[in-house]
Amino acid sequence: MYAYPFSYHRAKSLAEASALLRQLGEESRVLAGGQSLIPLMKMRLARPTALIDINFVPGLSDIQSHNGELRFGALARHADIEMSDAAAAIPILHDCAAGIADVQVRNQGTIAGSLAEADPSGDWGTTLLTLETSVQCTGPQGERTIKLEEFIKDAYTTVLAHDELVREIIVKKPPRSSGGAYLAFKRSAPVYATVSAAVQLTLDGKDICKEIRVVLGCVGLTAIRAKGAEGELRGKKVDGKTIQRAAEAARESAEPLSDMRGSVDYKRVLVAALVKRALGIAVRRARGERVEAGHEYVGR
Amino acid sequence: MSGVEKVSVRIRVNGEAREALVEPRTLLVEFLRENLNLTGTHIGCDTTYCGACTVLLNGRTVKSCTLFAPMADGGEITTVEGLSTNGALHPVQHAFAECHGLQCGFCTPGLLLSTVHLLGKNAKPTDKQIRKAIAGNTCRCTGYQNILKAIRMAADEMGKR
Repeated sequence: MYAYPFSYHRAKSLAEASALLRQLGEESRVLAGGQSLIPLMKMRLARPTALIDINFVPGLSDIQSHNGELRFGALARHADIEMSDAAAAIPILHDCAAGIADVQVRNQGTIAGSLAEADPSGDWGTTLLTLETSVQCTGPQGERTIKLEEFIKDAYTTVLAHDELVREIIVKKPPRSSGGAYLAFKRSAPVYATVSAAVQLTLDGKDICKEIRVVLGCVGLTAIRAKGAEGELRGKKVDGKTIQRAAEAARESAEPLSDMRGSVDYKRVLVAALVKRALGIAVRRARGERVEAGHEYVGR
Repeated sequence: MSGVEKVSVRIRVNGEAREALVEPRTLLVEFLRENLNLTGTHIGCDTTYCGACTVLLNGRTVKSCTLFAPMADGGEITTVEGLSTNGALHPVQHAFAECHGLQCGFCTPGLLLSTVHLLGKNAKPTDKQIRKAIAGNTCRCTGYQNILKAIRMAADEMGKR
């Protein structure tokens, strides 16, 4: 179906994009990869009167690694991250990037667009909340850097002002003794996950959990920190028993809704199973093992 | 139709410079099919699922039903019409024909371009890599076994050259 008509504006810089957003008013939108916005516009669920295309702004696709940080430009595509050696150094980032939707969508969709959309079923929010992540934003008042926890306010809602844009995503590299995993369970490649689970765990010695974050996706209005699950492991020995207790605690943190992807009970079972598996993989990775993980769907 | 200003879009399609003045909401696939009359690129689901509309944009596959044409301005596009040379089929097309990798053929243009993209990055893909590479292309009649065979054959044939 045709989208409603809109006027098209090509920004040469983020400053120009911000000025255009202000000038064109509340019904104008930023166009980056377009992999969520365009389908919504075609189904006429979204009806912006003006689009400001930032795809032609130079220098926004870089992925840089220095001073213990990874920096992703706003236009870094999922496929760029999937193929980046710098990002591969943090396995949970590769898990996430390499399985979002399908090849074609990954070639076009952007990490900043995913965070700015704040879809509760989006992959990046869930993944990046397990790490120290901040979002650098630019607007008429200049730049500000916001912690990801504060950036996402609610379902489809961030703290971005209408004339503010994401410039960069900054991720602090976890310590060497840390390992993570992102698992997303979906019915086929191009669809959103039914449930996803992200874990980042730092070991003290061989098997004591020093620090841990467990985040659940698709089972609440935003990605959910499963603090009960974290409490079952932090400062304790990681073994089959504590992992099982953490998985059960995670199930209690989930707030799923029954929908076409599954019932409440089914999703809670999935939460526990995915958290258990993600914890197992994260521990092995923290010990230096190479383990393949990521999105799972029939036919993979 | 409100008085929205049309936008000039210039794209190199299959090596040829093409240009048209379009409404901004024109999808890339509509630009190809309706403005350029290149109807080999198909519209299947129109919801970013099926991949029948897959084309190469600057060497990477995209779903041309999920880009507005002005986003591809200045870019280079390969569609299924650009695969053969002087009437000779591309090895990927030849392999799909040999292996019965199609029945009705509706999904085929997209699968051909996803295969060209895959083999350009990875000349010897494993079966798992092939499955992952075509996860965004849906076939509703042949089934995928012959498509996998065709992609394996194309990889072998292209490897010999």
